[in-house]
Amino acid sequence: MSDTDTQTIDIDRERGNFRYEVDYEYDAGTGLSEETIDYIANAKGEDEWITNFRKKALRVFNKLPLPTHWASRDLESIIFDKIRYYLSQGQMPSRSWDEVPDEVKETFERLGIPEQERKFLAGVEAQFDSEAAYSNMKEALRKEGVIFVGSSEGLKEHPEIFRKFFGKVIPTNDNKFAALNSAVFSGGSFIYVPPGVKVSQPLQAYFRINAESFGQFERTLIIADEGSEVTYMEGCTAPRFETSTLHSAVVELVALKGAKLQYITVQNWSDNVFNLVTKRGWAEEDAEVKWIDCNIGSRLTMKYPGVVLKGKRARGEVISIALANDGQHQDTGAKMVHQADETTSNIVSKSISVGEGRATYRGLVNMPDHLSGCKNNTECDALLINTNSRTDTYPAINVQGNGNSVQHEASVSKVSAEQIFYMRQRGLSEGEAMSLAVNGFVNDLVREFPMEYSVELKRLIDMEMEGSVG
Amino acid sequence: MSQLEIRNLSASIEGQEILKNLSLAVPKGEVHALMGPNGTGKSTLAKVLAGHEDYEVTGGSVLLDGEEILGKEPDEIAHAGLFLAFQYPLEIPGVSIANFIRAALQSRLAEGEKLDAPAYYKRLHEKMDLLQIDRKFSSRALNEGFSGGEKKRCEILQMSMLEPSYCVMDETDSGLDIDALKVVANGVNLMRGPDRGILVITHYQRLLDYIVPDKVHVMYDGRIVRTGDSELAKELESRGYDWVREELAGSPA
Ligand SMILES: Nc1ncnc2c1ncn2[C@@H]1O[C@H](COP(=O)(O)OP(=O)(O)OP(=O)(O)O)[C@@H](O)[C@H]1O
Ligand SMILES: [Mg+2]
Repeated sequence: MSDTDTQTIDIDRERGNFRYEVDYEYDAGTGLSEETIDYIANAKGEDEWITNFRKKALRVFNKLPLPTHWASRDLESIIFDKIRYYLSQGQMPSRSWDEVPDEVKETFERLGIPEQERKFLAGVEAQFDSEAAYSNMKEALRKEGVIFVGSSEGLKEHPEIFRKFFGKVIPTNDNKFAALNSAVFSGGSFIYVPPGVKVSQPLQAYFRINAESFGQFERTLIIADEGSEVTYMEGCTAPRFETSTLHSAVVELVALKGAKLQYITVQNWSDNVFNLVTKRGWAEEDAEVKWIDCNIGSRLTMKYPGVVLKGKRARGEVISIALANDGQHQDTGAKMVHQADETTSNIVSKSISVGEGRATYRGLVNMPDHLSGCKNNTECDALLINTNSRTDTYPAINVQGNGNSVQHEASVSKVSAEQIFYMRQRGLSEGEAMSLAVNGFVNDLVREFPMEYSVELKRLIDMEMEGSVG
Repeated sequence: MSQLEIRNLSASIEGQEILKNLSLAVPKGEVHALMGPNGTGKSTLAKVLAGHEDYEVTGGSVLLDGEEILGKEPDEIAHAGLFLAFQYPLEIPGVSIANFIRAALQSRLAEGEKLDAPAYYKRLHEKMDLLQIDRKFSSRALNEGFSGGEKKRCEILQMSMLEPSYCVMDETDSGLDIDALKVVANGVNLMRGPDRGILVITHYQRLLDYIVPDKVHVMYDGRIVRTGDSELAKELESRGYDWVREELAGSPA
């Protein structure tokens, strides 16, 4: 507790719920076929190997079934033929906000991005539908050789580094949605941090969906070279549409020897967005990959950030918070794949289910028996607000070998009507009381976040809980 | 007008009538004690006053400075100036005392108005010192793992921070050791004043040795059966409730 903590933040639950009419210069139309890919490739002026990569991925996508044998049948309500796969006003992002088209600039201004950039960020990329509209980084970092650009630009300007790792952490056939992304990806960030460079302030990307019936498929690749350090943060919103919208990203992280890579997500999707994202990192010897994943909103989120611990003493961590409100399903979890001795992993998952909201945890920890000195700690806590909410935990822990150890703890608690009454007796509204209970539940995790993100997360929780009171 | 006035209040829970035509008034500037055997409905009364939704009010009215509060939401009643120190305070995991009280104070401000944080902490620390609560407690989660006595002291801390016009204290003394009892009584006495009415629910005379009430009410089977001065509490202490029971049985209903 300190005097500087930010307790009161203006509640504006409609902050992201607005959109502008935009004339798109490029529009691939609805539906997905080889022609769609040709359109995208042509618009981007891509090399042939990428187009071939895309077309191969499309075939994999068409072949793979929806994973409804284990996941929600709600996936069947995605009509792939009715989605628009590419919409942009051009491919090259501006380096200055002044050059960003007015309606796009205004969008990000309303979301507070330029202000955050001034305050505490080392670099910002702002993606509007399919392409980055703005991308800039502090000059000092550029001089040190740090690359932070949109993925389209990365592919063009830095193919030698890009190609080396692209699709290696998450192969196209990893799952149906990774294949979809590989076929039609556009936007996302490409980051390279040279050996020994420590980027002290976060780099941030902001993903904004503005168009209805649209699919956003950004592709992010971050490479932290030996001994370097970097923190990347992504935020996202979309307005509330009548029809469903698809967000299906692929994020690949590579932490080379001794590097530290931290990826923070604070997502705030409106409740018609299908958010089906594949995120995985590699950690080589003595390297560390840490995912902090906060999932608020969306109709269905399926996301299981993972770390492949490839080198000795590599460390992996997933800290996730999921808030499932009425009509939402947060199906989240973590994967830790131990492939070297003395590797350690830590998973802390907290989920909150409100009303008809549903939170599911799926975990996977793999430690084969030829390894020794590996450790995993998994902690899953669920909070239920009102009796209709449900929570499911499916931890799969596959540990072999005597020299390895795992710890697993799980808890389910409830916010009782008496607790709410107690808080309301002190003057809090029902929404404020629930929000406080939720914030209390995630408090020990949020304390570890950079200040700005914990403030943002608290604001989102407040908005969400205020909105859940009938 | 400036009083907490309960008129012919009847309330039930799960079809069972607990409060039966109960009337009682606590004017500002006075401290009243409410005593009565277990299960007679004292906590029920406190919760009905605070707007608990589980209770069905079947008759009567409750006026706070002349304004009806029955039917209002619990937070509206709190904002109208009524504070209830709970017999069994709830634990709120992860929410620090400081943040909780701060949110409660913030809820009383107009939209857009912001609490002055340094002034708030100064006042919080003063009150904690007064109630002999270690300042370190302000960062502990509200009531989580607190001892019975710590919870009660924390109720009084909240009460003195929120400065309500009317306080209902439900057995705040139970579970307190002798020293803590004195500290709490001192805290309550400092809150006594012309602008505040206090209703103290208790089973024990020893609290009333420190907080001397202006009036004592005896509750029995859902209503007030006797009202007197502080001597009445002493009489109860020495004779128990049997005589009340006998008197009631002997008198025509
Ligand atoms: N939820 C409930 N369902 C059924 N009966 C209830 C419920 N809550 C309270 N009661 C009953 O109402 C009656 C009054 O209870 P209350 O807690 O008001 O008594 P009290 O005077 O505060 O007692 P004590 O001195 O023990 O604190 C008791 O008989 C109790 O069992
Ligand atoms: Mg009681």
